Amino acid sequence: MWLAAVDEGWADPARLYGAARRARMLLDNAREVIASLLGAQPSEVSFTASGTQAVHQGVLGTARARRRAGRQIVASAVEHSAVLHAAAHSAGDDAGSPAAPRLVGVDRTGRVDPAEFAAAVDADTALACLQSANHEVGTVQPVDDVSEHCRDRGVPVFVDAAQTVGRQPVPRGWSVLAASAHKWGGPPGVGVLAVRRGTRWRSALPEDEREDGRVPGFGNLPGILAAASALHARAGEAEQLAARHRALVDRIRAEIPARVPDVEVVGDPDRRLPHLVTFSCLYVNGEALVGELDRAGFAVSSGSSCTASTLRPSHVLEAMGVLTHGNVRVSLSRDVTSADVDRFLDVVPQVVSRLRAEAGI
Amino acid sequence: MTGPLVLDCRGMRCPLPVIELAKRIGDVPVQGLVRVIADDPAAATDVPAWCRMRGHEYAGPGEAVGDAPSYLVRRTR
Repeated sequence: MWLAAVDEGWADPARLYGAARRARMLLDNAREVIASLLGAQPSEVSFTASGTQAVHQGVLGTARARRRAGRQIVASAVEHSAVLHAAAHSAGDDAGSPAAPRLVGVDRTGRVDPAEFAAAVDADTALACLQSANHEVGTVQPVDDVSEHCRDRGVPVFVDAAQTVGRQPVPRGWSVLAASAHKWGGPPGVGVLAVRRGTRWRSALPEDEREDGRVPGFGNLPGILAAASALHARAGEAEQLAARHRALVDRIRAEIPARVPDVEVVGDPDRRLPHLVTFSCLYVNGEALVGELDRAGFAVSSGSSCTASTLRPSHVLEAMGVLTHGNVRVSLSRDVTSADVDRFLDVVPQVVSRLRAEAGI
Repeated sequence: MTGPLVLDCRGMRCPLPVIELAKRIGDVPVQGLVRVIADDPAAATDVPAWCRMRGHEYAGPGEAVGDAPSYLVRRTR
C-alpha cells in the first residue's frame, strides 16, 4: 500500500498538471474515507504532520478564536501531555510563560465526573479538553455528557481521540478533534485535525493556504493515502479485534492479581479500551521490570518515575491516586495470540518475585 | 506515649521509601505511627497507595523537613 501510494501520490495536489490533479483526487478520496469514519464532513478534516501537531493546532487555534471570551482552558487531569502543554502554552502570557490549565480531577479508575467537569467550565472558559479514552490506563471518558454541558455554555470541546479512532465509535460531541494515524496501524507522520463546521478556529501559525488554512506546508500525501487505507481496514475488523483483545485483557486483569501478590490493576474494568491493560507491582522498580520483560520478549511501557527523563511519576497515575512504582502498561498488538498471553502470565510472576527478592522483600 | 517511628528516606528513589516502610512497619505496635520523610515526588502517591493495598491507614502529611515532605502511616493490623 505504501509503495503504491508513493507511486501514485508523489505530485503536489495544489498544482494543476495531470499528476497533480491525480494527487488532488487521491487526497480528496482519503479525506472522504477518514471523515466518514470520524463522523465528520470532508471539509471539516485536515491532515497534519503528526498527532501531536493536530493537538497543538486544535488547542491553539480554537483557544485563539475564543480569546474574547477568555484565556482559561479546562482540561481533565489525565489528558496526554501534548494537550496539557498546548493548553498551558495557549493560556500563557505573550512573553511565552505558560499558565496551567484548570484541571478536573478523576476518580480511582481515571474517569472524570461529568458534573464536576461541567462545574469547572464557565462563560470565561476558552476551551474544554477531554480525551476519548486515557492513553495510559484505557479508561473511556464521558465525552458526550461533558460536551452537552459545554455546548449549553457555548464552550467548544477539544477531543483527543487518538486512542479510540479505528477501535471504537468516535464520540459525537467534539467541536475539534485530533487523532494519529500510527495509532490505527497507519504510518508515522500523519495526524488528523477535524474542526466542526460552526466552530470558530483561527490558526496560531503564519498564514498558509494548505489544508483549508489549517495546516501549513506540502503534506505527506503517500502517508495520508496509506493512513486512509489502514483506517478503512482497521475499522472493518474493529469489532472482531476488540472482542478478541477484550477477552485477553480480561484474562490478564484477572490472572495477574491471582498470580502476583500486592499488585494493583488500574483503570476502569468495563468502560475501557479493548487492547490496553495497566498494573503496578509493590516494591518493584519500574525500569528494572520493563528491562526484564523486554529480555523475555515483551515490549511494554511504564509510567513509573524511574522510567521518565524527568524522574517524575506519570501524571495520570498521580491523578488517580494509584501506585506509581512498578508500573507496567501492556498494549496488545493486532496479531497477539492467546499463547503470547499465557507466556506473559507465566513470566511476570517470576520476574516480579525475583526483583522483590533482590530488594529484600 | 512516644512519638512516631521516623524513617528518613531523603535521597531515595521510588520504590525504596515504600520498601523501607514495609520493612519497618512491624517495629511499631498496632495503632502506632510511622513518619516517612521522602523527597522523591512519587512518595506522595505511593505511600497512601501502599496503605490502601496493605490495609494500613494513611494518616495524612506530617511536618516537612526542609524541602522534603513527610507522610504519616498508622499501623492497623
